[in-house]
Amino acid sequence: MDPILQVEGLHKVYGATVAVEQVSFEVREGEIFGMVGPNGAGKTTTIECLEGLRKPDAGRVRVLGVDPHCEGQNLCLRVGMQLQQSNLPDRMRVWEALDLYASFYLKPADWKELLVELGLEQKRNTPFSKLSGGQKQRLFIALALLPNPQLVFLDELTTGLDPQARHAIWELVRAVRAGGKTVILTTHFMEEAERLCDRVAILDHGRIVALDNPANLIHSLEAEQRVSFSLDDGLSPALEKALSSAGRLEVQGERVTVHGKTDRQLPLVSEVVSLLTGQGTPFRDLRTEQPDLEDVFLSLTGRALRE
Amino acid sequence: MKSLLKMTWMEAKLFLREPVGAFFTLVFPLIMLFIFGFIYGSVPPPPGSDGLGAIDVLIPALSAMVIGITGMMAITITMATYRENGILRRLRTTPVSPLIVMAAQVVVVFVMTALGMLLLVSAGKLFYHVQFDGNALSLLGGFTLGSLSFFGIGFILAGLLPTARTAQIVAMVLLYPMLILSGAAWPRELMPATIQKVSAFIPLTYVVNLLRGLWAGQPWSDHLLDVGVLAGMLVLGVVISAKTFRWE
Ligand SMILES: Nc1ncnc2c1ncn2[C@@H]1O[C@H](COP(=O)(O)OP(=O)(O)OP(=O)(O)O)[C@@H](O)[C@H]1O
Ligand SMILES: [Mg+2]
Repeated sequence: MDPILQVEGLHKVYGATVAVEQVSFEVREGEIFGMVGPNGAGKTTTIECLEGLRKPDAGRVRVLGVDPHCEGQNLCLRVGMQLQQSNLPDRMRVWEALDLYASFYLKPADWKELLVELGLEQKRNTPFSKLSGGQKQRLFIALALLPNPQLVFLDELTTGLDPQARHAIWELVRAVRAGGKTVILTTHFMEEAERLCDRVAILDHGRIVALDNPANLIHSLEAEQRVSFSLDDGLSPALEKALSSAGRLEVQGERVTVHGKTDRQLPLVSEVVSLLTGQGTPFRDLRTEQPDLEDVFLSLTGRALRE
Repeated sequence: MKSLLKMTWMEAKLFLREPVGAFFTLVFPLIMLFIFGFIYGSVPPPPGSDGLGAIDVLIPALSAMVIGITGMMAITITMATYRENGILRRLRTTPVSPLIVMAAQVVVVFVMTALGMLLLVSAGKLFYHVQFDGNALSLLGGFTLGSLSFFGIGFILAGLLPTARTAQIVAMVLLYPMLILSGAAWPRELMPATIQKVSAFIPLTYVVNLLRGLWAGQPWSDHLLDVGVLAGMLVLGVVISAKTFRWE
């Protein structure tokens, strides 16, 4: 199957700032593709070149088979866009915005259904400026879905939302994909990328530093898994010897941490638990720590993603 | 076509929901009328005004003031704010053309301006029994030409100035002297002759002249200069507005 979107050698410069450099990737139909990276990594620049809102300095971009910069008019009928920075007039009500934007398309989706699907039914008469951050984002998703698009771009959809609102938005994005649409999104939350995306491109300083599905990215790290637990009776020499076979031990008072490698047959936790129960040792507060995309970013760039 | 209608209707609602804009277009001119009515209501006709009373001259002049306010303030502020706040940015991602965005503004602001004038004329008739010697259709024609030629200035200012704030300030700085010098807010006959000469360089002057003439029943042929200047502004306005329009 042909990819729905192709980028090759995308390059964009603002004065002396190189915003995007040699970015290439493909997006397949039906996937949720994510771009993650810190502030200024070039996510918005990239996505807006794909949307036809900015002109690349070099590189080849094909979206649904056309060049977005030259055929923007044609494309905006088949693509939905949510921009990182955009607005509606303060006094425009929710239903009025949907009604107005629906009139721009020949065969728009039914906005009354979208209102219900996105949980905005209660807010239909609320002016835009009186909506919460999450409600505004829902409205922008609804506007992006109005053209019945094949492909939806979502730029920093959940920035500024509380965790609960963020999870609700993730559900909506999954529902959009389940409706047969392809989604391209940007975020600077690694957890969001990990939980939501089928494939993730990690951007830093305008370049893609890694691109794969989240599980592979994490696996490729070969980062250690950790299991820690507390022992009331202390660590007996026999137990210490047995646990050492699973990984390096670290003992702090009654707290024991086992550092294991990722390339193992069994998960570290099941190995540790079977060793403990095999010896009949009582333990409590068992905790496991898996490496996540955050660690991947750290190991690729040597910096933590969080500001 | 459907989007133009919807957009126009939406913009009309938004215009009326914005108290400042509605005040300056609909209420402020009436306040001016009553103030001048209070001062000049009984003063004999100024020289050179064809025997018309001060208030009779004032109604078309104040109508020109409404045109100045809506053309230079309402359009400038709305368009510059829409751009600065990213409202145009959101519209840009849809198939809607800039032409529709601008046309909806023109229709709404024109209707509001006309409403402002209608209120003025009604108040004048009701409270001051103003004398109208012209032809209503002809006056409407002049009013339309004057309005449309001024709207271009608003679009151009909004397109050229970087932020909504600067657009608003520049529009105000241009508008206030224009209102005084053109005789829109203040009978020109009451000003010194030297200042009256300056008014030839003020675009709004031509709206005042045309409307006052049509109001007094003078034929269009007496106002070829006014019509020429305004038509020129209209054409330039359309061309430059289209060139200076920016989504962001
Ligand atoms: N219009 C512009 N003019 C000049 N420089 C720009 C412009 N847009 C972006 N940049 C620069 O390009 C770089 C990439 O910006 P971009 O907005 O693409 O980053 P981002 O990954 O979307 O960041 P964020 O997470 O903050 O949204 C930054 O250094 C930014 O300062
Ligand atoms: Mg961004």
